[in-house]
Amino acid sequence: MVNLKVDLAGVELKNPVIPASGTFGYGREYADLYDLDILGSFSWKGTTGSPRLGNPQPRIAEMASGMLNAVGLQNPGIDAVIETEVPNIAKIFHGPVIANVGGFSLEEYAENCRKLNDVEQVKILEVNISCPNVHAGGKNFGCDPKAAAEVTAAVKAVTNKPVFMKLTPNVTDIAEIARACEDAGADGVCLINTLLGMRINLNTKKPVIANRTGGVSGPAVFPVALRMVWDVYEAVKIPIIGCGGVSSAEDVAEMMLAGATAVEIGAANLKDPFVCKTIIEKLPAVCEKLGVENISDLTGTAHR
Amino acid sequence: MKKSWFTVEHTRQLTADTYEMVLSGDTSEITAPGQFVEIELPGKFLRRPISICNWTDDALMLLVKVVGGGTHELVRSVPGTELDVLSGLGNGFDISLSTEHPVLAGGGIGIAPLYGLAQRMLTAGMNPTVALGFRSQKDIYYLEEFAKLGCRLLVATEDGSAGTKGFVTDCIKAVPECDYVFTCGPLPMLKAVHSLPQLKDGQFSFEARMGCGFGACMGCTVPTKNGYKRVCKDGPILFKEEIVW
Repeated sequence: MVNLKVDLAGVELKNPVIPASGTFGYGREYADLYDLDILGSFSWKGTTGSPRLGNPQPRIAEMASGMLNAVGLQNPGIDAVIETEVPNIAKIFHGPVIANVGGFSLEEYAENCRKLNDVEQVKILEVNISCPNVHAGGKNFGCDPKAAAEVTAAVKAVTNKPVFMKLTPNVTDIAEIARACEDAGADGVCLINTLLGMRINLNTKKPVIANRTGGVSGPAVFPVALRMVWDVYEAVKIPIIGCGGVSSAEDVAEMMLAGATAVEIGAANLKDPFVCKTIIEKLPAVCEKLGVENISDLTGTAHR
Repeated sequence: MKKSWFTVEHTRQLTADTYEMVLSGDTSEITAPGQFVEIELPGKFLRRPISICNWTDDALMLLVKVVGGGTHELVRSVPGTELDVLSGLGNGFDISLSTEHPVLAGGGIGIAPLYGLAQRMLTAGMNPTVALGFRSQKDIYYLEEFAKLGCRLLVATEDGSAGTKGFVTDCIKAVPECDYVFTCGPLPMLKAVHSLPQLKDGQFSFEARMGCGFGACMGCTVPTKNGYKRVCKDGPILFKEEIVW
């Protein structure tokens, strides 16, 4: 009997499988398909202070082994999520929830996280620092170690929940950003967010996506994400949520061997809405093959 | 929504780029004409959303226009090919809201969902007029099938090589008693239909580039007068009054 439990910064998950933010909404669509209680956790859709309508159409493009999206953080805003989605989540999922929080200023990040203090079911805050910093010329917080550390500190000052910083791969040295977050008090990091990319429509000779660029995700980015998890594991002591192109139980195991404590599944949910269920069902067999009784024993062992 | 395997039973070429496909499988989640399926295809990351033309308890009929690599793969599937399909997606047309004189207006591959719709309206004792628009005579398909259903049929071609010369809207203007539309087709056609003064109301089926097809990713949301809607989940059918062009 394989034990799939993992400890993520003091929060016990029944298994390491977490649907990634932006591919799972607030759980409603998937709750119609399977019992969400099989999941270790889920990371809700990136939520900002004010409601956001998102980008114009088209927002989606395809590529070999993956996709691009430029949804633009469409969400109803933190107050509406707390009022409407949180009570619904309590009905459809009974495990720990990861709240993905966005923001465009230090104050907005802190305020959004503070508002979640009283939401009991949210056990972990996942702070998306890929949003442009409106106070610093639009550069992403996650692209600058100092800005990433400032967001971390601002959020840590207002919450007692574990704080995971969600890192962008669109940087020269992701380990440096992760270290800055750790030094500023982060309880963990989640990586990677999408890689910046684009496609051009040969009929119109214009970008496919109205926003011009979009975030690349899917199996094509898996080796990139895996390498970054590896590098960050070497650089920090805090736990890592591995994310990026994970599509199978074997991919989950690879991510953990590279250093992840838990693993998020993103684009794969859009292709196969049952993929997380399938992965969870297959994980025990993969662990047996790898000769581990506790899946948590996989974390980082590729480094030894 | 259901994820299940369908088997290709038969494929028939209708025009240079349009095919009829019949798949066998579990259609229990399909509840209304105008819904769609999403089909996984080899070598493609995203599924392809395809409108349902018609269905029975154990078979699904699709009309597929080849527009790129995915649809090309789909129509090349030989009988016996197993396809991974998400079925019963989208809201579908609501025939209970129709007036006594509905017109079903289709252009190009947008004709597909109108066939199953017309059949169900006739079964329900309704009397739909069907108006179909094509580029040219050589692009025409499915006229015989619609004729066999027994509904009034109007045809327009842009070059006048068959039927009325012009657009599907020109056909509709010729039947002024029709005051409610069910329509599917290219965006300029939907816009032109929307502006017909004879229409009291109607249901418009939209296309979109979709990520998931079941409402999770917000990839296909569009603004409407009733707020942002997901074409895949809250649509693909939108009502005349709520559409923002």
